[in-house]
Amino acid sequence: MNLPYTVIFEKRTADYPKWLPAVTSLFSVIVAFIISGIVLKIIGGDPLRVLKFFFTATFGSWAVFSDTMVKATPLIMVGLACAVAFKMKLWNIGAEGQFYMGAFFSSLVVLVPMVNLETTPKFIVIALMMIMGMIGGAIWGFIPGYLKAKYQVNEIIITLMLNYIALYWNNFWIFDKWSDAGFQMTPQFEKIAWLPRLSDLAKEYKAFSGITLHLGVVFGIIAAIIIWWILERSHWGYEIKLIGDNPQAARYAGLNITKNLILVMMLSGALAGLAGMSEISGVVHRLQEKISPGYGFTGIIVAWLAKLNPFAVIIVSILFGALIVAGREIQPSGLSNLLQGIILFMVISSDVLLRYKIRLVRLEQEA
Amino acid sequence: MNIEIILHAGLATGTILLFAAIGEIFAERSGILNLGVEGMMLLGAMAGFSTSLATGNAWVGLIVAMLAGGILSLAHGLVTIHFQADQVVSGLSLTFLGTGLALVLGEGLTGQHPPTIPIVDIPLLSQIPFLGPVLFSEHSLLVYVGYIFAPMAAYYVYKTRPGMHLRAVGEKPSAADTLGISVYGVRYFYTFVGGMLAGLAGATISLSVSPGWYSTQTTSGQGWIAVGLVIFAQWNPIRAAFGGYLFGMLRRFILDLQGPALLFGFANPLYVNSNYGFFLQMMPFVLTIIALVWGSRAATKKRLGAPAALGVPYIRGERGL
Repeated sequence: MNLPYTVIFEKRTADYPKWLPAVTSLFSVIVAFIISGIVLKIIGGDPLRVLKFFFTATFGSWAVFSDTMVKATPLIMVGLACAVAFKMKLWNIGAEGQFYMGAFFSSLVVLVPMVNLETTPKFIVIALMMIMGMIGGAIWGFIPGYLKAKYQVNEIIITLMLNYIALYWNNFWIFDKWSDAGFQMTPQFEKIAWLPRLSDLAKEYKAFSGITLHLGVVFGIIAAIIIWWILERSHWGYEIKLIGDNPQAARYAGLNITKNLILVMMLSGALAGLAGMSEISGVVHRLQEKISPGYGFTGIIVAWLAKLNPFAVIIVSILFGALIVAGREIQPSGLSNLLQGIILFMVISSDVLLRYKIRLVRLEQEA
Repeated sequence: MNIEIILHAGLATGTILLFAAIGEIFAERSGILNLGVEGMMLLGAMAGFSTSLATGNAWVGLIVAMLAGGILSLAHGLVTIHFQADQVVSGLSLTFLGTGLALVLGEGLTGQHPPTIPIVDIPLLSQIPFLGPVLFSEHSLLVYVGYIFAPMAAYYVYKTRPGMHLRAVGEKPSAADTLGISVYGVRYFYTFVGGMLAGLAGATISLSVSPGWYSTQTTSGQGWIAVGLVIFAQWNPIRAAFGGYLFGMLRRFILDLQGPALLFGFANPLYVNSNYGFFLQMMPFVLTIIALVWGSRAATKKRLGAPAALGVPYIRGERGL
């Protein structure tokens, strides 16, 4: 069969318009929803009902929107963690493990306890937990950074292996030393170690009762601003981007790649660790087995969909927060996993539009 | 703790890693880094399991598992070969996609018992003292397939003409192109082969080594270990096979450490407090890290390394490799 038209890919010579990445990302998400709908239909589900459920369960009221934001909070920080590392073409797939180590280290403040919880002011306890969380994540980021810098070991595999190690490490402490009467969790933290929530203000403002949004979201937004400043306004950010885009040129320019590599991995780990701290101090209030439904992995998709832009990370995180909230109740349970995979695939496929112009050309009629 | 049991079990679980790692070697030798092994394995495990359940024939299940893995890998092929997308991110999304598909389609399979791949003794060879019971008896047929497959793969890569083309495309695609080898064709083909072998590895779990469907626990990170093993094996199928077996044996040994009450005449801490078992469960992942560091150092010393064009898209007429 001969079609009278053919598709040709033409390499872009000029820069693509500024709005194009946002449009392709949005388009990718829509196409991914459609494909997932088709899969759902094939296995006998009702896509439209699920879609309607998705919106009412995530954006339908202030209370459920607050749930969505609570899930978006760790995603913002984890997404930033991935974005920073990816800017330097460092494939940190270990945000999940760094998240768990952040949670573990910040729990130490309460469980050991590191300070007298009766007398220490709340803001010092919280600040100490934040610092410990970031240290925990940074240590888990330092290991692959150091191994890559020193021995050229592939960071993808190392960060992944460290994810599993962090999980078992946490499990040991919550099953053994700090188990709450044999349950697979630590006892609930004292109130002083809880991040303030909007519902705490319910006495003064009726509207806030039952709203679980906590201070962690502010950490996320401040982190986004700081990361944006580092990447776009500071000299260090310039170095990070140069090493990522053209390591050869960076080496000739005399940049210290080894140092930057380790520092960026530690920064990335610290952000993921902070997410872990915010989750246990703001939501679960104890260390337990399943504190993350795969935030670390979703963070990779968030960063990529946001095209590594710190502010776009916030917006994309809200969408994925909604996916997590709805995913808890949508059957079959793997559906939100599948949707995430398709979204990421669509995003990277659509990148071809940024490099090429695609045109439909009429073939010349042969005699 | 019995040395024969450890070696025997190591060969069985090592076969999983053998198939997955050799598949990845084929793909990487052609220049395509496919990090989606875990996803393809999980999809293969699910597809093989459910097909065996539906048809009552484990071999049909095995074939469908391979096709499932292969077809899924073509998504990675399309995006990285034609669209020149980043291979790392594409491979990761393949893992998400494979995992998601396997979980959605595998809903309700847990607890079923389909036919599995038969377990057989090799006549005569199984009579050899010590080696017989370890190597040639009570193994799934797939383990024996693995024995033959690894040397065949090595022979193919190093000694045959198509194998040479494969290596040429991975090392210097522009040179291969001038010789009239289709770079895209070769890359699609071996991406597909890699996917099929990952699917086979998955079905080796669900239909043979530890039959059953336990959602993501079925593969529990073995696909990632296989990707690490490829680097450790320096892209050599024989080394990958030995690495896989060694890994399987160490794993079994570590698990068996929990059994005895006394260890070298001392009270076994693992026996006294079973929670120390979490540290044992960490070991496969710690070992992978150690193997990788060790392998990377050896590779740098001997100037051995990844195929030169690994991860680099090929665009005809553009300067590059």
